[in-house]
Amino acid sequence: MREIALQPGADLAGFRQAVRGLVADGIPPEQIEWTVAEPSLFGAEPAGDARSDAPPLRLPRPVAELVEEVVPHRDPERYALLYDVIWRVTHGRRGLLEIASDPVVHRLELMRKSVRRDIHKMHAYVRFRQIETAPGEPERYAAWFEPDYFILQAATPFFVERFRAMRWRIVTPIGTAEWDGVTLRFGPSGSRADVPSGDAFEAGWTGYYESTFNPARANPKLMQQHMAKKYWRNMPEAATISNLVRSASSRVERMLEEGPTVPTKRMPEGALAAMLEQAPASLAELNAIIRSSGPLVPGATQAVVGEGPEHADIIFVGEQPGDEEDIQGRPFVGPAGRLLDRAMAEAGIDRKDVYLTNAVKHFKFEQRGKRRIHAKPTAGEVSHYRWWLMRELELIEPKLVVALGGTAVLALTGKQVPITRARGPAKLLEDFPGYITVHPSYLLRLPDEDAKRTAYTAFVDDMRRIRDMGRAARSRVAAE
Amino acid sequence: MDERLTRKLRILADAAKYDASCASSGAPKRSAGRGGIGSTNRIGICHSYTPDGRCVSLLKILLTNYCLFDCAYCINRRSSNVERARFSVQEVVDITIAFYKRNYIEGLFLSSGIIRSPDYTMEQLVLVAKSLRQQHGYRGYIHLKTIPEASPWLVEQAGLWADRLSVNLELPTDEGLKSFAPEKQAGTIKAAMGQMRERIEEAEAERRSFSPAGQSTQLIVGADGASDADMLRTTANLYDRYALRRVYFSAFSPIPDSTSRLPAKAPPLQRENRLYQADWLLRHYEFGVEEIASATEGGMLDLEVDPKLAWALKNRARFPVDVNKADREMLLRVPGLGARAVDKIVRARRHTTLRLDDLKRLSGALKRSLPFLIAADHHPGGSTDRADLRARLVQPAAKQLALF
Ligand code: SF4
Repeated sequence: MREIALQPGADLAGFRQAVRGLVADGIPPEQIEWTVAEPSLFGAEPAGDARSDAPPLRLPRPVAELVEEVVPHRDPERYALLYDVIWRVTHGRRGLLEIASDPVVHRLELMRKSVRRDIHKMHAYVRFRQIETAPGEPERYAAWFEPDYFILQAATPFFVERFRAMRWRIVTPIGTAEWDGVTLRFGPSGSRADVPSGDAFEAGWTGYYESTFNPARANPKLMQQHMAKKYWRNMPEAATISNLVRSASSRVERMLEEGPTVPTKRMPEGALAAMLEQAPASLAELNAIIRSSGPLVPGATQAVVGEGPEHADIIFVGEQPGDEEDIQGRPFVGPAGRLLDRAMAEAGIDRKDVYLTNAVKHFKFEQRGKRRIHAKPTAGEVSHYRWWLMRELELIEPKLVVALGGTAVLALTGKQVPITRARGPAKLLEDFPGYITVHPSYLLRLPDEDAKRTAYTAFVDDMRRIRDMGRAARSRVAAE
Repeated sequence: MDERLTRKLRILADAAKYDASCASSGAPKRSAGRGGIGSTNRIGICHSYTPDGRCVSLLKILLTNYCLFDCAYCINRRSSNVERARFSVQEVVDITIAFYKRNYIEGLFLSSGIIRSPDYTMEQLVLVAKSLRQQHGYRGYIHLKTIPEASPWLVEQAGLWADRLSVNLELPTDEGLKSFAPEKQAGTIKAAMGQMRERIEEAEAERRSFSPAGQSTQLIVGADGASDADMLRTTANLYDRYALRRVYFSAFSPIPDSTSRLPAKAPPLQRENRLYQADWLLRHYEFGVEEIASATEGGMLDLEVDPKLAWALKNRARFPVDVNKADREMLLRVPGLGARAVDKIVRARRHTTLRLDDLKRLSGALKRSLPFLIAADHHPGGSTDRADLRARLVQPAAKQLALF
């Protein structure tokens, strides 16, 4: 018979070390007696007569996990049962854990379940109370909690992930966890007296709890299945439970007896009518909305809204603002914008007469060193912004809509179209004549000078046709 | 928290409590950044339970219970005499953060009566979510109610900040809506659901965050004349067309200050429970909606036995099923066997032949299953076909409320 004495609590390290030695020596489960040492009688002793030089033991992942999760349990037999499984797994039964109907596996699984549940309940029912601190100091909080098992180490990383910016302590009868904003430390157990006896928000929280309860559905048994009485003494809202349960049926009876009330005759016709006119009535209103909305992809400095006369004859739709536009908050003021200005001027279009806008209203980029490199908007992003673009068109009522490049076409029609083939007059939308040409940034990207020159000439030709189409449309409208 | 604010909180929690569409608060895992608070997990946490046995996970409140609409089933309709209150955006943000820091809640569920205009109302909701995220670096869960009448761009803004969006259909049939919610339109509600589905799927494909926990809705049980089969057909349709994560059912409950047009009686909790069970069969047990409907009486689910058992009793020729041989789909149809137990059976039988003692360790409700299954040492013989089988399997009333 070998005796293995482990430390009280969840002695995972001791158990692991003992198991290595026992497996290496070929000691079967029935020859081992697992005991737990008296708390700190000799300090942290090595586990029983386990050897410390045994080679590490490779266990299948599911078995290692089971060990980790069961060790925090309080059942004195847990170590023996775990060793029984390890022994069988290392002696030809590698798939043992798959047999959930095996009596030992079944018992261990039940233990694992209760440990998980205990951890889960700790995450749920810890109630922090604020500790008074001097003004300017970080806020501090403390909680008292009584877990069933030795779960402090396993349960507290959750609180770090959730309350990273806070300083907090969780005090329990099995130890204390303390987070100072940087490190999580474990210390000796404490008592309820170590945390404040109340908190300024407990009354408000209890009030909320009372109000969110629907007396017509009272079912205290179901409540207790989820939230056993043992937790109540550390939950401020629980003080009100008995009262809520007692008064539930009379509250419901009153509701039923009182029956329907005479409705207040409220026919706010004016308000209801006004409510239907919520759509932005002017470009200024629309642009205010756009400016106050966040970018879809974080990063942009500001929204870049359209620019030009409220009822321009021609509207140019580009892709999205670039680096300079983003900083200045105006469309087409970067290199591509300057090129567009030049082409328009050569074709006799005055920039001040047309409306310039983008399919997407925020700059999206990839940061490379100090430079912000334009990133193409996705189809989803384009359709996000589509609603605004359509409102712009409705408010401006242009005679001609010019799509500069593929993204603009996508925004206007919902379809991807190859620009080179579709270039020229096009049916973009039901209500407005359209025209498709390239985006000026395309000209800037062309590699050689010859190609640039040819493309620019074609672009200016497009601008001339656009000018003529705009004029023709206006005189048509004037004649009607 | 001062008296005045506590009073408001009571009014606006009371006004929100009939909405059950927030029961889940799980979202893709996320943890607090430096200098911030808030995390989410796949499975949300219930931080408390009220004496109705329901989970308190989110701070569930309305921004205001003033409302221009007049939906008959709603305590906040404009013709009701309830006490009214209104939070400012900042107040909601402050209470949420204070409660969250004390670990009372998993996040915020915010809805509102419609004031001024649907757009104005929706904007206020979005503003709350945005300030939580931006001012406080808050990464906890946020569920916003979508006002279907609001402009699409606002719904889209909401999706940038919220984990889940939902719009409640409330009544399963168009006629029901027309007569009880005069200002609402089924078409508008469904269009909003369609828009949200599109955006959610695009964002998933493009790896952006947009309402990452999807969308859900609620149907009220027992306010109008809709049958269970109607409810379930609507439900299946909603899953199918709008890719909803969940459809929640809420037994119509007497409200203070009710209207004479609706039933003043105890909420049909048992019916609600059966609908949830049927919904579970649709989502996790590979049942078709017409299969469940075929096991109803006049469109109503059997209140005494669960819908899976009801279906099995009508399809006895397909039983008994051999646990050592049958495929997973058929095992899932055995009354009393849950999906988890089925998975354990399938895994264990690769290594061993299952006997009754083994099954007892794998399933918690084996008694109900016995007439329908075969094990190495068990055969139900003629008991599957006994005329009184249903009567023998009816559960004692006390147990009926537990959800499975
Ligand atoms: S819109 Fe209808 S359901 Fe919503 S708060 Fe107003 S009355 Fe209630």
